[in-house]
Amino acid sequence: MSWLFTYPDTYEIGLPNQGLQILAEIVREHPHAVSERAYAPWIDLEAELRAHGLPLFSVEGHRPAGAFDLIGFNLSAELTYTNLVNLIDLAGIPVRAAERAPHHPLVCVGGHCTYNPEPVADFVDLVVLGDGEEVVTEITDVVLDWKAAGRRDRREVLEALARVPGVYVPAAYEVTYDGPRVRAIEPRWPGVPEQVEKRTITDLGEWPYPRSQLVPLTEVVHDRLNVEVFRGCTRGCRFCQAGMITRPVRERPAEQVRTMVAEGLRRTGYDEVALTSLSTADFSNISELVGGMAGSQPASDGSGDLCGPVSVSLPSLRVDAFGVGIAAELQKGRRSGLTFAPEAGTWRMRQVINKLIRDEDLYGAVDSAYSQGWRRVKLYFLTGLPTETDEDTLGIAELAANCIEVGRQHLRSPGVTVSVGGFVPKPFTPFQWFGQNTVVELGRKIGLLRDAFRGVKGAQMKWHDPTATQVEGLLSRGDRRLGPVIESVWRRGGTFQEWSEHFDLELWTDAMAEHGLSMDDYVHRHRTEDEVLPWSHLSAGLHHDFLWQDWQDALAEVGLPDCRWTPCYDCGACTGYGVEHVVASATPPAGGSQGTGQGLTWTPPDRTGAAATAVPVSIGAAARRPT
Amino acid sequence: MSRLRIRYAKRGRVRFLSHRDVARCLERAVRRAGLPVAYSQGFSPRARLHFGLALSNGFEGDAEYFDVDLVDGRAHVAVDELAGVLSDVLPEGIDVAAVVPIEAGTPSLQEAVVSCTWRFTVADASSEALAEAAAQLTARESIPLTLVRKGKQVSEDLRPLLGAVVAEPGERGAELTVDLGTKPRSVRPVEFLSALDAPELVGDVADVRVLRTHQWINVDGRRCEPISLGAPSTHVEERAS
Ligand code: SF4
Repeated sequence: MSWLFTYPDTYEIGLPNQGLQILAEIVREHPHAVSERAYAPWIDLEAELRAHGLPLFSVEGHRPAGAFDLIGFNLSAELTYTNLVNLIDLAGIPVRAAERAPHHPLVCVGGHCTYNPEPVADFVDLVVLGDGEEVVTEITDVVLDWKAAGRRDRREVLEALARVPGVYVPAAYEVTYDGPRVRAIEPRWPGVPEQVEKRTITDLGEWPYPRSQLVPLTEVVHDRLNVEVFRGCTRGCRFCQAGMITRPVRERPAEQVRTMVAEGLRRTGYDEVALTSLSTADFSNISELVGGMAGSQPASDGSGDLCGPVSVSLPSLRVDAFGVGIAAELQKGRRSGLTFAPEAGTWRMRQVINKLIRDEDLYGAVDSAYSQGWRRVKLYFLTGLPTETDEDTLGIAELAANCIEVGRQHLRSPGVTVSVGGFVPKPFTPFQWFGQNTVVELGRKIGLLRDAFRGVKGAQMKWHDPTATQVEGLLSRGDRRLGPVIESVWRRGGTFQEWSEHFDLELWTDAMAEHGLSMDDYVHRHRTEDEVLPWSHLSAGLHHDFLWQDWQDALAEVGLPDCRWTPCYDCGACTGYGVEHVVASATPPAGGSQGTGQGLTWTPPDRTGAAATAVPVSIGAAARRPT
Repeated sequence: MSRLRIRYAKRGRVRFLSHRDVARCLERAVRRAGLPVAYSQGFSPRARLHFGLALSNGFEGDAEYFDVDLVDGRAHVAVDELAGVLSDVLPEGIDVAAVVPIEAGTPSLQEAVVSCTWRFTVADASSEALAEAAAQLTARESIPLTLVRKGKQVSEDLRPLLGAVVAEPGERGAELTVDLGTKPRSVRPVEFLSALDAPELVGDVADVRVLRTHQWINVDGRRCEPISLGAPSTHVEERAS
C-alpha cells in the first residue's frame, strides 16, 4: 500500500511543508505501507514530460504517480486548485473522480483549504478535515483491506472511508441549488454522516514529528529546521481562518521542544531553527523556553556537536515590547528587519477584527526594535475589512508614519515597509457571511494609501494584486458549480495561478461567463444568517451560533478575550469534542495573550470586574454568555 | 586554529547541484559530523570554509577540494576517520576521499591551483576523429577567443592555457582528456569545446559528459595534486587538534 504525498506547487515552495513531511513519516512507520513525495514540475519541465509521454513521478524513487494507491495533496492556497487538476492529469488519472476505475489511485486532499473543498469536489475522492496524524493510518488500513479483498469496486472503498471520522467523501452527498444559493446538501449514500467533523489530536507531545526533517540539496523557501511548538490559537482574530479551525491550543512540552531542536540541528546540520506556531510568543512561559536556546551552542555532551552559532526565529511576532525582547534575545547576529502584523489602521477597526493591539503597543514594539539595532520594520495590514471606512484605511499610513517618527529617535533613516493585502472572507470564521470588496473598491483603497504614502520618507508600500484577491475569494467560499470553472481555466493553460507572472484574471472571468455564473454572487454578495453555506455539512467544531454572534459582536465593535487564560465562551471547538487546551506551563507569557484584553500586569486567577475593565477592551460577548 | 584540506568527488545525479548548493551541503555535513568549525567574527558569523575552483552545474569532479578551519582543542574525530564520517553524512554521489591537516600559511586553493585536467566523454564520436581535431587545435599558434566582459567584446588567446590533449576510446564513447590552465583565469570547458570547432563530432554540449579528473598545483617546480590519492601522505595517527 503506497501513498504519494504531493504539494501542488514547485519543489522550492512545497518541500518545507511540514504537514506532508509529518504524514510521509507516519506512513513510513506503518508495517505495510510506504510513502514518497512529488511536487508540481515547472512549466518547462511539464512540457518536456508531456512531449516525451512521461507522467508525474515521485522524487525519491522516480516512480510514476499512477502506480501509487493514494495521492495525498496538501491544499493551503486556493490559487493552487488548477495545479491540483493539472497534476492529477499529469499522473495519467481521469481528472473527474466519477470517471476513475478501481485501478486508479484514490485522490485525497487535506490542509486548511479543505474546510471548504466544494470547488474541487469533482476532482477528489476523499477529503480530510483537521489534524492528519491519526487519520492517515486509519485511511491506510481501510485501503489495505480493500486491496486485500481484490480492489474491485471504488464505491465500496469510498463508503468505508466515509465512515472514518474526519474523512469526507464528496460523491456521497447531493447538493441542490436555489439561484446563487445552495438549497440543501444531503447524504446520498446510506450510512454516511449528515455532518463530517474535523479531527483533532489531543496531545501534540505524542507526535514529535517530523523526526527526520528533510534537508534539501537545492535552495527552498524557509530553508531551516522547523519545530512546531504549538498548534491552535485562541486569540480569536475574526479574519483568521487558521486560528478558528485549529482550536484548541495544544502546546508541546517544553522539554520535548528543546530535544527536538537539539537533535534536529545535530541531524540536519542546519544553523537556523524556527519555532513555529500561529503566535509563538504566546507559548506559556516562552521566556524560559527560549532562554539559552540561541547564541553559540555548546558541545553539550563533550561530543563536539552543535558547534557554532545557531539562530532561532519566531515566524510570527507579537506586537509589543515583550515580543521584541524575545526576538532580541534570540537574534544575536545581524538585525535587518522585523515583521509585525497590526492588520488594521485604527483601534476601531482592530476591535471589529478582534486584533486588540493598541497604537501604543505597536509604537512600543517599534521603539524597542529600533533601539535594539533593527533598521527596518515590516508591517502587515489587511484592507477591505467589514465596516472599513476611508479613515480606517488611511489609519494605516498614519500608523506607519508615526512608526518612522518613533524610529527617528534612534536612527537617522529608519525604514518601514507596509504590506497591504485585500481581505478574503474565509469559511468557519465570523466573517464568512461578509461580501468581499470588489476589485475596484480594493484598488481605490490601495490608491488612497499610495497617495498618503507619497512624501513619507522612509516608507515603502507593497500590495497584493486585487484581481488575484478576487479569485481567491471566489474559490474560498465557492460551491461545486465552480468545478467546471476550474477545469476550464486549467484546460486553457491556467496553471501556477499563485505566481503573479502566470495569474490571469481573464481566464477566470471568461470561465465564469461560459458557465453562466456571476462573480458578484460568489464574491461580493453578503450572505444571510439562514443561508445554507456550501460547507454547512462540514464542521470545525465551531457552533454556528458562536460564529454568528461573533459576527454581530464584530459589527458592534465588541472584542472577545483569549479563552486560554480567561473563561471559556463555548465556541464548540473543545466542548463539542471533549478536548481542552494543553499548555506546557501554568505560567502565561508576560501579560497573558497581549492584545486580547489583558494588560501586561494581568494575573491568571483574578478576572473579576476590576481587572476586566482595567484595559481598553469591552469584553462584551463573554459577559453575555454563561461562563 | 588549525586547518584541514578535504578532497571529495561529485559524481552522478548530484552533478546537477550548483557550486553554491554543494557549498551549503558541505557546510551542513561538517556540522553534522560534529567538527568544531571556526566562525568568522562580526555581526553575522559564518563558518570558515574555503572553497576551491567552482565546478559548473552539470559537470562531475573526482578531484574537488575545500579547506575548513577548526577551533583548537575541541576535536573528537581522528583525521583518518574523517573521510568516512563525512561521506556518511553527505548525500549519495558526494564522497570524501581524503582529509589532511595543512600548515598555517599554505596558499589557498584558489591561489595555488594552476591547471585542471578535464575528461570529455562524447558518446557517438570516434576517438580518431577527435584526436585529429585536437591535433589541429594544438598545432595552432594562437587560438583567439572572443569574450564579453563588462558589456564589451574582448579577445583572448586560449593557446598558452591549453596543455596536452589526448583522445582515446572509452567505455561510454570517445574520451578526450585535456589540461586547461587557470592563470590568469580559468579556461572553461565549454570554451575549449567551442574552440575545438567540431560540431559534427561534438553536437550538443549538453550531451557531453564532463569530468574534472585532477587539479594541479606547483610545489618546488613539481606538478602535484593538493592531495594525492596515490601514496598515503599523511600521518594517520595524527589527530585534528
Ligand atoms: S471551546 Fe471554549 S476554551 Fe475551547 S476554544 Fe472554544 S471558547 Fe476556547
